[in-house]
Amino acid sequence: RALISQVSDCAMLARTLRTAAPAANFGARAMSRWNAERIPMGPADPILGLNEQFNKDTFDKKINLGVGAYRDDNGKPWVLPSVKAAEEKLVKEGWNGAFQKEYAGITGIKEFNDASVKFAYGADSAVIKEKRLAVAQVLSGTGGGRLAFEFFARFLGKGTPIYMPDPTWANHLPMAKDAGMSLETYRYYDKKTVGLDFAGLMEDVKGAPDGSVFMFHACAHNPTGVDPTMEQWKEISALCKSKGHTLFIDTAYQGFASGDADKDASALRQFVADGNDVCVAQSFAKNFGLYGDRIGCFSFVGSNSEEAERILSQLKIIIRPMYSNPPIHGARIVATVLDDPKLNPQWYAECKSMADRIITMRDALKSNLAKEGSVKNWEHVTSQIGMFCFSGMTPEQVGRMKDEFHIYMTKNGRISMAGVTSKNVEYLAHAMHQCTK
Amino acid sequence: ADLRSTLVTTNSKKMSRWSHVTEAPPDPILGVSVAFKADTDASKVNLGIGAYRDENGKPWVLGCVKEADKMIDAELQAGKIDLEYLPVQGYQPFLDLTSEVILGKESKALKEKRVAVVQSLSGTGALRVAAEFIKMYAPNTVVYCSDPTWGNHFTIFGKAGLETRKYRYLTKKMTLDIDGLLEDLKAAPEGATFVLHTVAHNPSGVDPTQDQWKEISKVAIAKKAICIFDTAYQGYASGNLDKDAWSVRYFADELGLEIMVTQSYSKNFGLYGERIGALNIVTSDASTVPKIRSQLNGIIRPMISNPQLHGARLVATVLNDAKLTKQWNEELKIMSDRIVTMRTSLRDALVKLGCQPPSTVFPDWNHIVDQIGMFAFTGLQAKHVDILTTKHHIYCTKNGRFSMAGVNPGNVEKIAAAMKDALDTAGPSDS
Repeated sequence: RALISQVSDCAMLARTLRTAAPAANFGARAMSRWNAERIPMGPADPILGLNEQFNKDTFDKKINLGVGAYRDDNGKPWVLPSVKAAEEKLVKEGWNGAFQKEYAGITGIKEFNDASVKFAYGADSAVIKEKRLAVAQVLSGTGGGRLAFEFFARFLGKGTPIYMPDPTWANHLPMAKDAGMSLETYRYYDKKTVGLDFAGLMEDVKGAPDGSVFMFHACAHNPTGVDPTMEQWKEISALCKSKGHTLFIDTAYQGFASGDADKDASALRQFVADGNDVCVAQSFAKNFGLYGDRIGCFSFVGSNSEEAERILSQLKIIIRPMYSNPPIHGARIVATVLDDPKLNPQWYAECKSMADRIITMRDALKSNLAKEGSVKNWEHVTSQIGMFCFSGMTPEQVGRMKDEFHIYMTKNGRISMAGVTSKNVEYLAHAMHQCTK
Repeated sequence: ADLRSTLVTTNSKKMSRWSHVTEAPPDPILGVSVAFKADTDASKVNLGIGAYRDENGKPWVLGCVKEADKMIDAELQAGKIDLEYLPVQGYQPFLDLTSEVILGKESKALKEKRVAVVQSLSGTGALRVAAEFIKMYAPNTVVYCSDPTWGNHFTIFGKAGLETRKYRYLTKKMTLDIDGLLEDLKAAPEGATFVLHTVAHNPSGVDPTQDQWKEISKVAIAKKAICIFDTAYQGYASGNLDKDAWSVRYFADELGLEIMVTQSYSKNFGLYGERIGALNIVTSDASTVPKIRSQLNGIIRPMISNPQLHGARLVATVLNDAKLTKQWNEELKIMSDRIVTMRTSLRDALVKLGCQPPSTVFPDWNHIVDQIGMFAFTGLQAKHVDILTTKHHIYCTKNGRFSMAGVNPGNVEKIAAAMKDALDTAGPSDS
């Protein structure tokens, strides 16, 4: 928890804190075993603070670029029509023709797991055909990552380091620590180029001891939006294979990044094809818009089906004392959509439309910056991919964006592109130019 | 690429870094359902997992829940609600209601805002968060669980790195061993954690009387114990929510103690797979509430980030609607009444067959009727269960625990006959 306070850029720290309740005033206050000396207030959530300031702001052109969820062109949350159709179907017909809310089993709903791994690895994937996957439904990407880290700590030893890109999503750090791993970083983001430090990355992958545990973001790196090219991924994968590293692939944006689900899974599939030791956490929060339903899938590629069975049995041992079995609702929705010949392509198009809107906004932002007369290099706005854009703005510039222009973003200059609309992109470009010229 | 991966498959068996990962045994409780599902016999009976079944052996989605599902869907279709992330602590309308369910409308702790509450993944999730919190702030505590208890208790507290011990609970004839219980808790170190079952003890169905709860509370106070009330059956046990909450309210309100209370809505709302529950921490000092909650959030965030919407919306929708709440109370009574009826039916069927009690320690089969809640601790043992399962396709946990929800008029005689056969074949239970 001390680590959280050190991390200033947080993609999605939820609104964790409320302001302190007024202290009850009843004479001699009983001495609580949980008194203040023993239990301090947890660290403040920077995104919460940002949201609170934004909500109080009465300026009519204000923009909130801290949001970590998709917004439509009117700045509103969007429940996908294919999801709505699946919800209605469940209410009308039940699940597999029956109305029941039974426990799913420790590793969750089979139809969901089957559809998820096909989606990630490809329908013709050898690892699926050869039954080499240990698969478990989990609590979105966080649940998948925590499961991976618990497994590593248990079977590679407590304190085993995991190498994470610098920077990474803030929550990755306490996930690994609470699971009993220790933290290492590899170079990733180059401040100078506002791009990937590929040479540094390769050096660090090579310099780590053989058989280290490395985490990669499959696509749409959070928080930078900077991804390796396919050629770079091939080199990374080959190097990892030669080092015998174990890889955890965090896949939160498949389909949502480029609009092409197979393309977004290229890196993941390259790692697998090259015979790396791989496990994958998939989140359906963004690509299905199922944020609050906490639906994800964790899979571990075993060297053969017997190993996959052993690994699966141990994943169950980790899950049982955490929450026994996962929540059914989101899994039923995703499975209903993916398995329906009409809803599946409909959903795919809807997911693509989200990716397209974000890409369109990136283009619009860059061209508007040029129109404003900015001579800075804004190439990264369109070369970065996914929800977020690491703008390269300094904390001082970010402060001016807020104070002078009522545009809110995190201190590290990260912009949530989901907060950009055709109605506000010109104003945004204008403000950015004023603060950076 | 396929060829490469095939080569890797062949060669890597020797080289795999996961060769040392052993096959873990199936979960003793959940594994029963897996075995049951695999059985193709038409007359098979599942008395394993604690999930309610109606008189035809079918799962039952409560009418109030079905209605709530429709209402939520209507709002979603109309664009009135969305599927955004919840805050880490959970769905506020749910949080506003859940503590009151267990602590009661008249709760002083609630009125004085002395309850820190977070949404959890049902009872398991609440217990795990509580265990991690205790590990952070009372790391040297020793956690006492009843013998027997729900097996996952030991796993959960052990996983959080806490030392666990047992306190005696049952006499040989399945009554409460209050003397043994009090002796063991009195011998606990100061600051120990006592895991208590609010009502309908799992697996035994044997609960302390009110006077016995008072005795337990005296020891808890003397030991400055952290009391955790595991509440999985409120309303489901007697059919009356307030009656089933008596132990919690006695400790929290009448005695004004700081306690933790976990809630599950799996059984009493039939929301098993939705995984909806809560962890309540009652404190004597309201100013500690936001701090406690912030630390609970700090535990939850690296586990799941934030909890799931649907189950929380279902519970909140029902509890916010007077008509649906009334319906819920009625449906609770239906479930608990049916279980009570089946206890009597099973006892009567055993008597009619002239089936001897499980051992000479038992004067009769009345313990099945005296016990309360989902489970009957029959007194049968593993050797009997093996016969029940392999010969009669009747599934239950090896400790002879029957989920009474699995008993119905269509199978009660088969069950009684099978029990007689098991006892005739394998002899009485060992003492």
